[in-house]
Amino acid sequence: MATTSTSTGDINKTKSVEVKKKLNVLIVDDDTVTRKLHEGIIKSFGGISQTAKNGEEAVNIHRNGASFDLILMDKEMPQRDDGVLATKKLREMKVTSMIVGVTSLADNEEERKAFMEAGLNHCLAKPLNKAKIEPIINNLRDA
Amino acid sequence: MGKCQGYLDEQFIELEELQDDVNPNFVEEVATLYFKDSARLINNIDQALERGSFDFNRLDSYMHQFKGSSSSIGASKVKTECTMFREYCRVGNAEGCLRTFQQVKKEHARLRKKLEHYFQLARQAGPKETARRSK
Repeated sequence: MATTSTSTGDINKTKSVEVKKKLNVLIVDDDTVTRKLHEGIIKSFGGISQTAKNGEEAVNIHRNGASFDLILMDKEMPQRDDGVLATKKLREMKVTSMIVGVTSLADNEEERKAFMEAGLNHCLAKPLNKAKIEPIINNLRDA
Repeated sequence: MGKCQGYLDEQFIELEELQDDVNPNFVEEVATLYFKDSARLINNIDQALERGSFDFNRLDSYMHQFKGSSSSIGASKVKTECTMFREYCRVGNAEGCLRTFQQVKKEHARLRKKLEHYFQLARQAGPKETARRSK
């Protein structure tokens, strides 16, 4: 809420200005094409994104002080549970961003459960598209 | 996209939907990345198979990446062959891997030709026509 002070020192409330914050997203995937696709999807929602090629890079980005509204996390990068370990680590570091797993193994109940238990908020099946991520992005914007 | 039917699935339409005035060449950029990356993966697999070393874990890892990027671009036939290759890796069937890999390369080359033709036509049509088709 923007305010101005008058010459008498009174503070008047001005008309509130609502600024729609750009969603800031971290895309974590070892595949160049998938990263490009996810960047395009986030851009189509008016968001901005940064990328990481694996879990270690994602964790280091956070260690350097960055924070994000949303993290899109692949599972195998290419080590089998790289995304699971990275998610666990981020949660241990008290990262409160929404973390969405994006994996070709989302249909495998066991794999999905293990990934969710690492600290995901959601898990989506690859390939990602606008329709799959839109409800999540809308919820973030409304929050 | 008539000539690409069967080679590309609905995911390719998703890519076209992401193309607009701000990203006028998005689809071609993604395709270019795909063919650059997949050439590297094909080369890695070729070399691994030529050496006669059937490290099925390594081969599966390469093919996992290849399948992933094929899925992102909507390359359905390539993706199907990648899945079959991975199945042969899973059961340790070297002959099956060799045979399927030839199919992967064949479908990949076919798709490349089709998309090159598609992009040539798209460039001739011009940005307005491409944007109109994308909406």
